[in-house]
Amino acid sequence: MSVTMERPPFTEAAPTIADKKPELVDRMVIFAWSGELDKVWPTLILATTAAAMGKETTIFFTFWGLFPLVKNEVRITGDNWMQKMLSLMNRGGDKHLKLSKMNFVGAGPAMMNHLAKQHRVASPHELMEIAIEMGVHLVPCQMTMDMMGLKRSDLIDGIDEPAGATKALADAQGAITLFI
Amino acid sequence: MSITIAKSLDLKGLSCPLPIIKTAKAMKELAPGELLEAFATDPGAVPDFKAWAQTTGNPLVESGESGGVFHFVLRKKEI
Repeated sequence: MSVTMERPPFTEAAPTIADKKPELVDRMVIFAWSGELDKVWPTLILATTAAAMGKETTIFFTFWGLFPLVKNEVRITGDNWMQKMLSLMNRGGDKHLKLSKMNFVGAGPAMMNHLAKQHRVASPHELMEIAIEMGVHLVPCQMTMDMMGLKRSDLIDGIDEPAGATKALADAQGAITLFI
Repeated sequence: MSITIAKSLDLKGLSCPLPIIKTAKAMKELAPGELLEAFATDPGAVPDFKAWAQTTGNPLVESGESGGVFHFVLRKKEI
């Protein structure tokens, strides 16, 4: 007795995104809202990579995201006690970032930095320098600077002029946009 | 077609995004048509080099692996 089996018709593998050859976008804008290590790090990795891919890249640093642009040696910022208290409790600088979870009063970031060094992952500080060297536009939010009491002299060198939401959104027209 | 390598990069031990960043920097110094070879140990470099070549238009003319080291040859695109 012979048995015949129905076979499903042969189908080709689904095309991948690369096969579709999407139109290339030559600019990227990241809205960096968070000042936490685990958000600032990927922000800088994506920005430096986009620059390496030849894209004109901008990071707009706003709200908590502005603090990584503060010079590492600057300690107290602001004019009034509230702004000074804020800088005391939320130290700026790309070497003083905290984790959003498992921070453990700084033990978490210390372990993370140790692992990164072991695996030769560039630190946020190194990536910030690479970003500036590669011509990534680092734009501080003027409103956040005013509200948090951060002066241009409190921020690192090599960044763009402070700007507002309109400039950031105008830059984002037709670009890859990320909010981190 | 000449098979002379204009520049060789040792990216062994480096993690994302450094292999691509160093490659992009090195490619800037090459003249159109010149070849760059790179050696990396990060397995993520395999799809990253392919994607970088596709999006920047610098062809990946050769890639392979031997003894845990991935090698890539890129040709600088003609302007």
